[in-house]
Amino acid sequence: MYAGCRDHKSLRFFKQIIELIMKNFITLIVLIAFIPLATFAQQATGEIRQENSTKFAIINAKIYTVTNGIIENGTILINKGIIEAVGTDVDIPADAEVYDYNGGEVYPGMIDSGTQLGLQEIGSIDESQDFDEYGNITPQMDALTAVNPNSVAIPVTRVSGVTTTLTMPAGGLLPGTAATINLFGYTPDQMYAGSKGIIVNFPNSRRSWRQTQEQADRAREQALKDLNDVFDKAELYAEIEDADDTRYYPEMEALAGAIRGEVLMYIEVNSAKDILSALEWVENRGYENVVFTGVSEGWRVADKIAEAGIPVITGPVLSTPTRSSDAYDAAYKNPGVMQKAGVKVALRSGDTENSRNLPYNAAFAAAYGMGKEEALKAVTINAAEIMGVGDTIGSIEVGKKANFFVANGDPFVTKTQILNVFIDGYLVPMTSRQIELYEEFLDRKPGLQKYPITEN
Amino acid sequence: MRHSACRFQFLQLKCLIKMKRFDMKKLTFLIALLLIGTNVIMAQVPKGDVLIKNGTVITITDGTLENTDVLIQDGKISRIGTSLKNRNGVTEIDATGKFVMPGIIDAHSHIAGTSINEGTSQVTAEVQMGDVVNPLDISIYRALAGGVTSIHLLHGSANVIGGESETLKLRWGVTDPQDMMFEGAPRTIKFALGENPTRGGRSRGIQPQSRMGVEAMLRNSFKEAQIYKQKWDAYRADNSRRKVAPKYDRRMETLVDILEGEVLVHCHSYRADEIYMLLNVFSDFGIENLTFQHANEAYKVAPELAEFGAGASVFSDWWAYKLEVYYSTAYNAAILTNNGVTTSINSDSGELIRHLFHEAAKSQKYGGLSDEEALALITLNPAKQLGIDDRVGSIEEGKDADIALFEGHPLSSYAIPVMTFVDGVKYFDRENDAVDQRLSVDPEDTIEDVHIFDADEQHKCMQDAEITNLYDFLNK
Repeated sequence: MYAGCRDHKSLRFFKQIIELIMKNFITLIVLIAFIPLATFAQQATGEIRQENSTKFAIINAKIYTVTNGIIENGTILINKGIIEAVGTDVDIPADAEVYDYNGGEVYPGMIDSGTQLGLQEIGSIDESQDFDEYGNITPQMDALTAVNPNSVAIPVTRVSGVTTTLTMPAGGLLPGTAATINLFGYTPDQMYAGSKGIIVNFPNSRRSWRQTQEQADRAREQALKDLNDVFDKAELYAEIEDADDTRYYPEMEALAGAIRGEVLMYIEVNSAKDILSALEWVENRGYENVVFTGVSEGWRVADKIAEAGIPVITGPVLSTPTRSSDAYDAAYKNPGVMQKAGVKVALRSGDTENSRNLPYNAAFAAAYGMGKEEALKAVTINAAEIMGVGDTIGSIEVGKKANFFVANGDPFVTKTQILNVFIDGYLVPMTSRQIELYEEFLDRKPGLQKYPITEN
Repeated sequence: MRHSACRFQFLQLKCLIKMKRFDMKKLTFLIALLLIGTNVIMAQVPKGDVLIKNGTVITITDGTLENTDVLIQDGKISRIGTSLKNRNGVTEIDATGKFVMPGIIDAHSHIAGTSINEGTSQVTAEVQMGDVVNPLDISIYRALAGGVTSIHLLHGSANVIGGESETLKLRWGVTDPQDMMFEGAPRTIKFALGENPTRGGRSRGIQPQSRMGVEAMLRNSFKEAQIYKQKWDAYRADNSRRKVAPKYDRRMETLVDILEGEVLVHCHSYRADEIYMLLNVFSDFGIENLTFQHANEAYKVAPELAEFGAGASVFSDWWAYKLEVYYSTAYNAAILTNNGVTTSINSDSGELIRHLFHEAAKSQKYGGLSDEEALALITLNPAKQLGIDDRVGSIEEGKDADIALFEGHPLSSYAIPVMTFVDGVKYFDRENDAVDQRLSVDPEDTIEDVHIFDADEQHKCMQDAEITNLYDFLNK
């Protein structure tokens, strides 16, 4: 069976077919042979998700495993959401449903390592935003609980091949706990991809236009003091946490987990100077499981980051240089410079509703020094490994979750169409509100005239 | 010194000699005139001669020509063909393996503007963006490095009828704002509908606070302008000696010019209903030149737009940053194009302007536009919307030599812009690109500010947060 893949040009295509039929009888005969194929390619919109078999195989696909090269004419066998076999010589059980992609390219689902997807619906409306809790030190605020599985932006994102995001709280020194989510599921728990981490907004030396340099420096020193105070306290708490069972201090519990290395510590840091202080801070405190995020000026101190062995989530790549004196392409080059220096790099869109642009951030990073192969890793396996879920997602390997998508070409190339997306082995409907609006309005009925039509 | 300028000075001198009486006052006046004339000479912008050899030329209007040369003389495209002879020994550029396309035109930009909103009134047709052009803005160079050669520097969207906008050519390196201007481009003006002007109204306790109020304000303004014109027409027709001139009003003058079709209107808008409303208002007042800016829901009234002949200048995929863009679709440009609406893709951003070629390519992902259709969105179509399509927007003999060279097809996300020409003068060359391109450095700025890019900040800009902050500030 041909999977429910859909070409967005199909409506126009149909119109053209009908016009041709009217014009030419011979064409009609030729076309009859193609009609069944075109019908398969259609998946009616507004339709609920089609149930796919728990056991199925993808065949005749060009498989970009990411970790084990490219397999031409390959097969992937999936059972209950887990990849059971990958290769050219795979026995397909009789009871498995088969999707023949006829040369289509299969990639691991892309991972956007920094969004507010699910936590924000409309940018200007506070009531639709749940990523910024009151207070400066709120590490216990759990992003996962506020993820809206029915956010309109989720289908918009996943039909572009982004299957997983790190969704992050924001605001204040310690905004909360970020969660890695898969973009399919009806509850936050069904979406949870198995990784959490606290966010640390590392005190920065940036000066707002309202501030003098002195004021900015003072604010930074104060923030650094606050940060050290709270972590001193948390270290003590981590030691005595189990001393009795009457203790309840959620802020400290959240931090203790990070100090013990049970959850990740995402340190948001951007300017070169701040990156160096953050490196020193991490080293002095001896924390492990640390990830630097943002890292806009990483290219200035790439060797230092590499030396410390701290992985980096950077982006958006499509951003302006941090200083007026920088080369115009400094931000495009940044991921490549760090990667070449030996830093493990993942990319983020830094967006919410346009997390779908992750592949294009990767394309620009690739074109400006990183290369396609490394850029692909930066949105798949590197991201998964950095978040500590490299054993379950990020590549097409036996034993991993069936998170992958099928495309008619390189997904970093803008015009490439994504044909199908699978998340946890579920065939995701290739529709979103944006596609539905397209189908309704491409050739709107009624057009200019609506009954009763009056002659002017 | 250019020929035309010489001629101008010569005429001035002739005028001087012809004077019957030489009194000091008049002489001073004439010397002043001469100096103004000198300024005109300064305003003559550089024009180049180049032969671009053997490129893949994407003409937009006449297909894509392989292994083709483009000869530029005195800032104009003089010949397109194969194996063109370099008779005058002009600079040759080997474009083998490269793509040559018309310079990108951004119909919605605020770079190079030192201020954007005149928010003191809901109608400010009297102000002009031409007065606030900053040729030193580093964003100009960054845009050139993305293949952009012209921008439409728009007034903000805080008020229903904003100020006049300015069409610029990105002549990086000039210091006189006048030299940035697209000489001969028609006048344009910014209008705004929906949330921005109504939010302004609410925060100040005045009209408009609803889309009804926006329409009323537009109709009132045009009616007032018609009355103003009637008064002046009557005054001019009056032969009596004792006639008294009506009060001159710059705001009304501009509105009259809009009614008479001398100023192209570019209207910030999002929702289909407000777009439709403006079509009705303009029909009633007989105004024809209209382009909707942003127009996230233009796709819903595409047949009406096509019928009116209005254009749409849209984002490739921005949405959900406010309520009125929640029901957007990235297929907007494709739906509009398929319905026959002249459509462009713009940036409204100092970041996005650097990769409009990539934004245009999204119309292929979202709606399957052809290469020509997609590239017209950032070249010929915005040129039409700005009334400069006789000068730029395609590679044609006789047009201005505003040209971008790309390594890789410009619609590929891997494409790299490598050279950009305005009037045949090369303003960007990736091979010879010094890191620090600033034209002016603040000597008091000892530590350079680090600005971390924030996508949300951009979206807030589009809601004109700066102007609401101003209201808050004034109210406090």
